[in-house]
Amino acid sequence: MSASHTTAPRRWKRPPLIKNPRLRWALGLGAAIYLAVAVGTLEINWSRIYEGLDRGLVFVIAFTEPDFVQRWDDIRDGLAESLTMALTSTVIGILLSVPIGLGAARNIAPLPVYLVCRAIVAISRSFQEVIIAIFFVAMFGFGPLAGMITLSFATIGFLAKLLAEDIEDINASQAEAVRATGARWLQWINYGIQPQVMPRLIGLSLYRLDINFRESAVVGIVGAGGIGATLNTAFDRYDFDIAAAIIIIIIAIVMIAEYSSGLIRARLQ
Amino acid sequence: MVEDRGSRMLSLEGLVKRYKTGDRALNGIDLEVPKGQVMALIGPSGAGKSTLIRCINRLVEPTSGRVFLEEEDLTRLGQGALRLARRRMGMIFQEFALVERLTVMENVLSGRLGYVGFWSSYFRRFPQDAIDEAFRLLERVGLDQMVDKRADELSGGQRQRVGIARALIQDPAMLLVDEPTASLDPKTSRQIMRLICELCEERGLAAIINIHDVALAQMFVQRVVGLRLGEIVYDGPPDELTAAVLTEIYGEEDWSATIRKVTDEEEVADDADDDETSHAAPEPDREHMAGIT
Repeated sequence: MSASHTTAPRRWKRPPLIKNPRLRWALGLGAAIYLAVAVGTLEINWSRIYEGLDRGLVFVIAFTEPDFVQRWDDIRDGLAESLTMALTSTVIGILLSVPIGLGAARNIAPLPVYLVCRAIVAISRSFQEVIIAIFFVAMFGFGPLAGMITLSFATIGFLAKLLAEDIEDINASQAEAVRATGARWLQWINYGIQPQVMPRLIGLSLYRLDINFRESAVVGIVGAGGIGATLNTAFDRYDFDIAAAIIIIIIAIVMIAEYSSGLIRARLQ
Repeated sequence: MVEDRGSRMLSLEGLVKRYKTGDRALNGIDLEVPKGQVMALIGPSGAGKSTLIRCINRLVEPTSGRVFLEEEDLTRLGQGALRLARRRMGMIFQEFALVERLTVMENVLSGRLGYVGFWSSYFRRFPQDAIDEAFRLLERVGLDQMVDKRADELSGGQRQRVGIARALIQDPAMLLVDEPTASLDPKTSRQIMRLICELCEERGLAAIINIHDVALAQMFVQRVVGLRLGEIVYDGPPDELTAAVLTEIYGEEDWSATIRKVTDEEEVADDADDDETSHAAPEPDREHMAGIT
């Protein structure tokens, strides 16, 4: 091959993402300058950081001797409340998410239903849990009821959206075949759609359960009850050893939830 | 073709389907299928074969024209009546369209959904006669040992057998069959075609079978209809498909291989299939042929 060809070998390079070389360099340079300027505007108070290191150290040292005993009753109550909150809000969230998720799937819902359900999902997703929690605490007063409602509402945004997207990705011919038998709408959902999305729905629900537990600690800080409230009190009193104990427990529970939901999800499919 | 109105199973009158994109998939189709007739619908991809059979049970809504199943005008039915009419048309699909995460039995019983209420189907409590019939059909298609397997554990040929059982348990008056052999090997293709045609004969069912493989169609059906760009360009017996006719349907091509192979194959067809060892000889021919058609 090489002997018979007299022309130079043709070169090949991967085409760049941005074709125009000037634009390419200008964008790169612009990004570098912006980064430098942005870093320059940060006001870093080094002496304050230095002073804070001591307090940070106290906090870190507290982790070496967490105090599970002194406030155990409060911790236990807070945990029970958080776990209850997480579980009930997940169950309520799933019950609300399934119909909304069905409605938010373009391939099975008529347009008006689709728009309404997508709007609900969008509203739920546009607020961070803490903001919703502040709203519900103002509405229902301090305590786990506000937390539970917050997390149920947040679950809709997560679960209904992902369920709807999974429904939109189903194999349409399986659903079509069930429709061709003369099945009713609900039978069609039950036989044609549900088997295709069930493993994912279960996986997402388990995932959401441990998100809800973690979030229950956060929303507690703004007064929505649970272990977050206990944690907040501990911080306010500078009881770092108690706070450390609470955080260690939260980490342990999240790890257990993560591990067991992973096991369950692996067994599905 | 068929004068006696009482013996017609299906008739299409001026059936038009125009998609939103403006494509005219069907351009005024008139077609009658008498009771008990197995008809093949051939034509190039995009000719409107799938659209045509889906317009019959209204998985695709026809734009205009009428569809009669016996004396009932399907295009005028409301949702409830349409469901009842769909029970009488069993459908068999390309790539089988089984619900993969359901068991073989659930897939077969899903053919009875039009006959049972939601809660009975939700709890999988089908009437005993439906279950008996499901077992009979699975036995007939040779899958009675696979009842509790999940559909995605089966091979292609086995899946299509489940698909056939699902269509038949509807107790249909006719079958709508969309490319039943498109994803099967040549030998299994023949077995599936033979099974479908045998079952139609046993039960006196009419059938419209969309099929790409012209030679395979010629082997089994009584009538061939050729569709091209949404219009019927051939309607006649399978042995009158000449090179000129195939050119009319599909466009210019050398058809001599297809036509000659058909006559060759018909001679070997009967003994070749049930005998595992003999398929070595005709196999290359069939694969060669599948490439052409």
